[in-house]
Amino acid sequence: MAQTLFEKIWDRHVVRALPGGAALLYIDRHLVHEVTSPQAFEGLRLATRRVRRPELTIATMDHNVPTDNRLVIQDPISKAQIDALSANCREFGIQLYDLQSDQQGIVHIIGPELGLTLPGTTIVCGDSHTSTHGAFGTLAFGIGTSEVEHVLATQCLRQTRPKTFQVEFTGRVRPPMTAKDMILKLIGTIGTAGGTGYVLEYAGEAVRALSMEARMTMCNMSIEAGARAGMIAPDDTTIQYLASGNRPFAPAGQAFEEAAAFWRALPSDAEAAYDRTLTLDAAQIAPQVTWGTNPGMVMDVTGRVPAPDEVPGYSRKDVEQALAYMGLTPGTPLTSLPLDVVFIGSCTNARIEDLRAAAKMFQGRTVAKGVQVLVVPGSQSVRRQAEAEGLDRLFREAGCDWRQSGCSMCLGMNPDQLTPGQRCASTSNRNFEGRQGKGGRTHLVSPEMAAAAAIAGHFVDIRTWSGR
Amino acid sequence: MDAFTTHRGLLVPLDRANVDTDQIIPKQFLKSIARTGFGQHLFHDWRYQPDGSPNPEFELNAPRYRGASILVTRNNFGCGSSREHAVWAIQQAGFTAVIAPRAERGAAVIPAFADIFRNNSVKNGLVTVELSDAEVEELLQLIGRFPGLEATVDLEHQRVTIHLPEEVSFHFEIAPAVKDHLIRGLDEIGLTLQHEAEIGAFEARHHTQAKVSDTF
Repeated sequence: MAQTLFEKIWDRHVVRALPGGAALLYIDRHLVHEVTSPQAFEGLRLATRRVRRPELTIATMDHNVPTDNRLVIQDPISKAQIDALSANCREFGIQLYDLQSDQQGIVHIIGPELGLTLPGTTIVCGDSHTSTHGAFGTLAFGIGTSEVEHVLATQCLRQTRPKTFQVEFTGRVRPPMTAKDMILKLIGTIGTAGGTGYVLEYAGEAVRALSMEARMTMCNMSIEAGARAGMIAPDDTTIQYLASGNRPFAPAGQAFEEAAAFWRALPSDAEAAYDRTLTLDAAQIAPQVTWGTNPGMVMDVTGRVPAPDEVPGYSRKDVEQALAYMGLTPGTPLTSLPLDVVFIGSCTNARIEDLRAAAKMFQGRTVAKGVQVLVVPGSQSVRRQAEAEGLDRLFREAGCDWRQSGCSMCLGMNPDQLTPGQRCASTSNRNFEGRQGKGGRTHLVSPEMAAAAAIAGHFVDIRTWSGR
Repeated sequence: MDAFTTHRGLLVPLDRANVDTDQIIPKQFLKSIARTGFGQHLFHDWRYQPDGSPNPEFELNAPRYRGASILVTRNNFGCGSSREHAVWAIQQAGFTAVIAPRAERGAAVIPAFADIFRNNSVKNGLVTVELSDAEVEELLQLIGRFPGLEATVDLEHQRVTIHLPEEVSFHFEIAPAVKDHLIRGLDEIGLTLQHEAEIGAFEARHHTQAKVSDTF
């Protein structure tokens, strides 16, 4: 019977069916970070349980990490959480990429870099942006701390099979538009709960044309549409990515050839059926900017702040609350909003291609007066690569702050936070109230849009912007 | 976790849609390595003013809702981050159940709860009740009209009963496996470990594609 990519992976990971329609699903890789794991390790200790497969479990520290002087953590509570992860990894025999490691970084950025993320596998992590790894044709999703403990103890999860939802992007996305604009457009179309209960599979010409890094950006934000996982079928682009670079956990030599043959059999069969399908024309997508307090409140950069009664899918009250929080008046052009901060970073957009795209915008230009720009590479490997290419110099010369790797201002668990009322153009994934700092106002955009906004001091339509 | 059969308690409205887990428990409280101490920080940014005093405009701070244990809110509650701290905070603030609507907007259906949040709730014994749009609308109006309004969530019979002189009750659907899990208060890890031999047999034939790296 014809199967989708998701179904092929699901079926080969079912250990047994459980009463009530759920399945015991085997987990090939478990990624762990400092915030959602301490209570899980404590649970193991209390029940005198061990980690079943420590060699399939990889840890790093990213959420709390300072991006200036990373070895001096001023906040004692943050430090205690980081120290707890080190102690737990030692006690349970788990490999840890800590702050001394030159391969440390945001968990969803180092997984692919290290070759931990492979097509056809299952990956979980106590973090909702685990969906990122689906770019490789991997079934990857975020879990809570109880499930982290369950995976540590059993290497399995009890899961109900999600439904399937194919999103086809026809045509080609036209530069300077990016995968970020594609995924924001989708979320704006189906809403922040439009994918709830589904695994999304992104397909179509526009998706096939994307690089692996752009595919990761797209899959990363699946959760913002409510879907725990988003996937893209592996192809030559995927296999080339895995064959290149220093990926210690990826197969090599003969094993790589065998693995590649398996990966090539994973794409959905031509006759496979989905529970739901949607087609979007990528060629019609304009630069996207969020105006509200969730990623579904998004529009073309040429738009104006909407009135409370003119937003489909939201009640008048929802929109009024969002506009009040964001300090916006209906009818205001998005391009006229003055910015205080620009954040280029996060598991959505802090890979080398993102930094190259942003750096190119800054070449020969400077950051607008009064705007603070934070550029935070996703990993130490990305940071080194950027420095080897001289990107750090372009950022610094333009007036940006070039930092060490971590989650940083995407969620502000470290000292990188907005202050109340500050307006920020951010390449991250969530514009929730208070996300980047209490009272902070976040507008989600692509790295190109963020860089241009930093230079202009406000949003610009990068399709027509001259840069002056 | 504790088993759940029925619970009677005071209702409190949180009349907002898409309440995300960043609102339920902001990031500055996720640094704790303990599983307790989150209740006082529930809805922190809405609940407290900058000087730390309670925000009188926030629904949950109204004296009439003190001691409430059933939260009534709008669709897509718990979206965003996977932080289980959100569920812990709700429970530790005294809540036993959350009621939200499955909203239908034209052809689109917006579930009451986000996936990861709902999963996390089940693991901790927090009951998430999904009613229809119209039922939650009615419930919110009743709460507004009758101070001290209480309800009983009866999991066995999948029913929410509103305690008025003329009782109103709503039926709700729940997956049989979830219901069973909540009613019995099961230790899932213990249950799964009963299949340890099967997991071992699966591992013997399953290829994880894992390669222990040279740097390990």
